[in-house]
Amino acid sequence: MALVAGFLAQAMQMALVLIAAPLLTGFVRKVKARLQRRRGPSVLQPYRDLYRLMRKEVVLAENASWLFRVTPYLIFAVTWVAASLVPTFASGLMFSWAADLIAIIALLGSARFFLALAGLDVGTSFGGIGSSREVMIASLAEPAMLLIVFPLALVAGSTQLSNVAEFMVSPDVGLRVSLGLALIALIMVAIAENGRIPIDNPSTHLELTMIHEAMVLEYSGRHLAMIELAASMKLLLYLSLLACLFLPWGLATQGMGVAAYAVGLTSYLGKLAAGGVLLAVFELVVAKMRVFRVPEFLGAALMLGLLGTLLLFLSRSL
Amino acid sequence: MDRLIFDIAHLLAASLVLISFVQLYQDRLYALLNTFALHAFMLSCSVAWQAFIQDAPHLYITAAIALVFKAIFIPVALHRIIQRLGIHREIETVVGIGVTMLAGIALVALSMVVMLQVTTEAEPLAREDLAFALAVILLGLLLMVSRRNAVSQVVGFMSLENGLVLAATGARGMPLVVEFSVAFSILIAFVVIGIFLFRIRERFDTVDVHVLDRHRGER
Repeated sequence: MALVAGFLAQAMQMALVLIAAPLLTGFVRKVKARLQRRRGPSVLQPYRDLYRLMRKEVVLAENASWLFRVTPYLIFAVTWVAASLVPTFASGLMFSWAADLIAIIALLGSARFFLALAGLDVGTSFGGIGSSREVMIASLAEPAMLLIVFPLALVAGSTQLSNVAEFMVSPDVGLRVSLGLALIALIMVAIAENGRIPIDNPSTHLELTMIHEAMVLEYSGRHLAMIELAASMKLLLYLSLLACLFLPWGLATQGMGVAAYAVGLTSYLGKLAAGGVLLAVFELVVAKMRVFRVPEFLGAALMLGLLGTLLLFLSRSL
Repeated sequence: MDRLIFDIAHLLAASLVLISFVQLYQDRLYALLNTFALHAFMLSCSVAWQAFIQDAPHLYITAAIALVFKAIFIPVALHRIIQRLGIHREIETVVGIGVTMLAGIALVALSMVVMLQVTTEAEPLAREDLAFALAVILLGLLLMVSRRNAVSQVVGFMSLENGLVLAATGARGMPLVVEFSVAFSILIAFVVIGIFLFRIRERFDTVDVHVLDRHRGER
């Protein structure tokens, strides 16, 4: 019975990330539109887009290889796995032994690898530009992400997300500047990884500035739907990661019953909404950077992670 | 409670180091001045906290001096100087920001290793403060050598002096007289530097100290 309940909870989490991801994207777009005094599309618009794309036929380039056709499903699957490993409403779920920070970074890294290959596959110039830029950003964002994991893992004594989240609500945390630095650095990396505004504009189709859009320019129909869904799940993943690592209050633990799950779910949705509003406001007040400024931005994130580790080392050796 | 006292001291001193890094990252003069004001404000918070935990009322005066002179007076004066020199749009660094940041990290690591080795007998809070103070001093020096504009070098010098104050408060027992004289010598240095800035400008039409290297008096 416990096995069935655990399985159900895990299945619920998998369904939750899949269903909530387009809603989050729609919500961020809606808030941005309202802040610009536009009415904006409904928050359900991403679902309609996905439905429309699913029904359209796929237009493939003549010289597209099997890789080009396989990649959307692969990216979708990998991102879905990564997103459903991050604790959303409850920690310690059935597969939480696999919910390791480094494993999640590796999953997202492999998704990006295949997306960059697919961008190069057809041989259009935009795909090549997009892939080369994406890989440049990744080569800076991934080391920064790994350096953020260091202070977190040193403080909590584990890289497993459930353990870290449980440690963060316990009174042992104290007031630690390293965690603050890790939080800022994680936000910077999340912005870069999701291609949000100072790095890349998710709604642009201007040739000179687009990064993510340039790579997926050749995709259409259900392939494009898979990629769009994966992109919104990635945004959800980073928001849940921030919520579970730094604001784990209200998180239920496995086997606490339906009431605790409901509390966890409500607080999770609240955190997502707050994160979405903050993201929309942030995107409106900053201007997009030149591509050549990106290394400085991510270098600062890397530096913050390194500084957090150093400070932790200092306070430990006393 | 002890943990919390230590943690807050750690937080304030560490954010001083962090703001030193933010200074290294800024390449516009006004932004640099604003972060310098923040730096001085953080210093005064840190000193006031030390006054509270050491139960040393004279440190409150040090904190007040830091707040009034360094966080308000000097930044405002430098703002006006920049305005009068008309260089508020200039962007300048000798080496790239990324390289400077890496050098800064190396300096922080160095100061931690050195200070923890040297001060094994002191109490934890003082050891930590000394390590952070050395880091702030070295980062101030780095800011001075990585900029060409004389105004940025002044800011580097001032933030270096913030590190000295941090070290002095952490070490306990710096007499108030010394503190006063340091504060006023900084002010006098500031006045002298201010006059020099205008003299340099008058003579070379720029405050880029790079130009000074090429001039050897034959003008």
